[in-house]
Amino acid sequence: MRRETILNFSLLGLLFLFPLWAWVADEPFLITLATRAVIFAIAGVGLNLALGFGGLVSFGHALFFGLGGYAMGILAHHAQTYVPMFTWPFVIEGTTSMPIIWLTAIAVSALVALGVGALSLRTSGVYFIMITLAFAQMFYYFAISWSAYGGEDGLSIYVRNEFPGLNTMDPIQFYAICYVILLVMLFFVFRLSRSSFGLMLGAARQNEDRVQALGQVPYRMYLTAFVISGAITGLAGALFADLNRFVSPVMFDWHTSGEIMIFVILGGVGRVLGPVAGAALFILLEHSLGGVSDYWHIYLGAILLGVVLFARGGLFGLIAGREVAHD
Amino acid sequence: MSSILLIEQALNGLQFGVMLFLMAAGLTLIFGVMGLINLAHGSLFMIGAFAAATVAAATGSFLLALAASLAAAAVAGVIVEVVVIRRLYDRDHLDQVLATFALILIFSEGTRWVFGSFPLFLDRPDWLSGSVMLPFGIRYSLYRLAIILVGLAVAAALFLMISRTRIGIQIRAGENDREMIGALGVNISLLYTLVFALGAALAGFAGALIGAIQSVQVGMGEPVLILAFVVIVIGGIGSIKGAFIGSILVGMTDTLGRSLLPALFGLFMDPAAATSVGASLASMSIYILMAGVLLFRPKGLFGGT
Amino acid sequence: MTDPVLEVRGVSKSFGALIASNDINLDLYPGEIHALIGPNGAGKSTLIKQISGGLRPDSGRVHFAGRDVTDLSTAARARLGMGRTFQISSLAMDYTVLQNAVLGALGHRGDVFRFFRPAMTDPELLDRARDSLETVGLEEFHAVRTSELSHGQRRQLEVAVALTLSPKVFLMDEPMAGLGGEGSHRLMGFLDGLRSQAPILLVEHDMDAVFALADRISVLVYGEIIATGTVGEIRENPEVRSAYLGEEDA
Repeated sequence: MRRETILNFSLLGLLFLFPLWAWVADEPFLITLATRAVIFAIAGVGLNLALGFGGLVSFGHALFFGLGGYAMGILAHHAQTYVPMFTWPFVIEGTTSMPIIWLTAIAVSALVALGVGALSLRTSGVYFIMITLAFAQMFYYFAISWSAYGGEDGLSIYVRNEFPGLNTMDPIQFYAICYVILLVMLFFVFRLSRSSFGLMLGAARQNEDRVQALGQVPYRMYLTAFVISGAITGLAGALFADLNRFVSPVMFDWHTSGEIMIFVILGGVGRVLGPVAGAALFILLEHSLGGVSDYWHIYLGAILLGVVLFARGGLFGLIAGREVAHD
Repeated sequence: MSSILLIEQALNGLQFGVMLFLMAAGLTLIFGVMGLINLAHGSLFMIGAFAAATVAAATGSFLLALAASLAAAAVAGVIVEVVVIRRLYDRDHLDQVLATFALILIFSEGTRWVFGSFPLFLDRPDWLSGSVMLPFGIRYSLYRLAIILVGLAVAAALFLMISRTRIGIQIRAGENDREMIGALGVNISLLYTLVFALGAALAGFAGALIGAIQSVQVGMGEPVLILAFVVIVIGGIGSIKGAFIGSILVGMTDTLGRSLLPALFGLFMDPAAATSVGASLASMSIYILMAGVLLFRPKGLFGGT
Repeated sequence: MTDPVLEVRGVSKSFGALIASNDINLDLYPGEIHALIGPNGAGKSTLIKQISGGLRPDSGRVHFAGRDVTDLSTAARARLGMGRTFQISSLAMDYTVLQNAVLGALGHRGDVFRFFRPAMTDPELLDRARDSLETVGLEEFHAVRTSELSHGQRRQLEVAVALTLSPKVFLMDEPMAGLGGEGSHRLMGFLDGLRSQAPILLVEHDMDAVFALADRISVLVYGEIIATGTVGEIRENPEVRSAYLGEEDA
């Protein structure tokens, strides 16, 4: 078995066994920590699709993370206050059903990704980085000034939303939901990376002229990848807001974009499970360094700097070696 | 809204734009010459403000504080360039973004460690406080007026330096062809350090000037940094002229949007809703401006081919 | 006489004061190899780009397969059947040789927006890809990463990918550049047979190859076609000799 495959299964196994152990040992805090890691991993899996497979350096994925969060916050807020969202032209009520919230988060994120992507992808390189950043900031400031949904203070919901047959307030059950979603997303991205679309998207990343000479339009490949990528990160945002039972403009903040990027980079760009390793490592660092010093971001910065300067390829690069071209 | 108020807001917009230019000029120079996207530019802004506040508190001299902001940011710039940035010139933009993002984390938390989380205050000197009478009976803050004049003077000096001096010629050569300046016998590594230090000093200077209007605190550079990005995207990356025009456009749009839009919506909405909708739209206005420019010119107003 | 597959009519393009293409007329008939020669800087690459879609001419039209394609994108022209090989190898360097060939087969089939079925186990794609690799003699290298191929092998792969598209014409921009004597000889033999499949517009520096292969030759000098004719006609053309061939001989 290839080392990358071994690493993949160890990671997933660890994320299965660790919360189970925490549950048996009655350590709900550790389960919550693992839940954060899994949700961050989903957000990273979304970004990795654009960044790793499509080569699109989006510095604005907080936009989708925040949209997912607000999709949850707004729907649940209306459901819990019994005020419909719209009464005209037809009545739309809020909801506390997780599956409906997820679908809404995915749909809204995908739609916004379509608009933002269509515009941003007219540019490339450093322009693209700055424009995606700017669009995310635009939503950040909008959320701050939108007082109907809490403005700067954000929105709290009283209880976690509902999933048929489960008690979502129980940490281990909520963890199970997130873990299964992560597995589904990983499977989807794994298949996508090997599909016709994935093959051609990777070719566009490497050489746009080649793709055009084959009769394909790189812009459409990128836009499609960007939309799917945004939708996955949006779903993660909805889960994250549900975990905290709180959503605020911070989810749109550019530090959030930077952190999602860090998950991808720490793990290894373009590896299907890279973001999982990266998010787990991030949470581990946050937890262990956060205990050492209040200023743990200094150490995080130093580690990130070290990875970028000396260990490109991240954790997967260190352990599994250079990526082998698969056939 | 009265026309006097409008002119005052326009002056505020100009002042804001001029400040943005000090940030954007460094960013766009560094990108143009070295091909580097530097997120840590906002940290240099912050370092300038903290240096100024510290020196002002110790000596009571505003001019010394300004000098300290220039010096501290330039020195920080040189150190960062030599230790980290230099290794990034040949890397792709992703690596540059991540490494300079890491620098932000280090700088921000480091500053918080040294100075704490409470904001510092940098007072305007007596000789710049109060207001002046401008023509048409407009009363305007002397300090803000001074910022506008100083900013315009710096912009003019920068234009002259780029177009007339030896180092300016090297910078322009570097923007066109990196190998050529090597062939001309220019010490590239020294040139890069100088350009980076110059950009850093401008950012630090802007930080000190703004620090006397707002408070001096960790993270103060970040909103400015992002606006500076919007500026150079609008103006065209690498173009000083584009940075200038973009800065004024963004400064004006933002300031006027904030004051005019709520009033505009007030014409046909109830006041509370008008304030809310107007404020929301105003906060998005510069991004809408950017999107509009990119729709027609994907490389910005003065971007190269 | 049959109609030309590719027709360039009065195409002009200038960059500032530099006239890169001046009222160029060129056609390509079924079954022929039409070589485009000219000194460096004559505007050959600019012309190829205008034919393939990378550059828009200032005036003039390009007709291909019975329709005006002047306003179509590179991708749209490729879908209509323009198979192009690049002067500088333009391949997905991180992919294996087989993956690059499968990309071509995928481009040919056109159903790129499929997200779930693995491409590299699709028998239809694999057959087409392996066939073309076999044709150019690269089948034993199928699992090699493209960046590890030699220069000559990359050129072969370029041609193989173009083959997977089953194009109506081949536009080949200096396919022999950098190939050794044996390599170009093999490629020549291969191109010789290829013309029956689809006509080739061949931009090439190697005069021996051009004279051995081409049915017709057009000579481009300073953005203008100064002569078009058979090998014999071009050899004897005094204008061509002074403008171009004379320099080569000297």
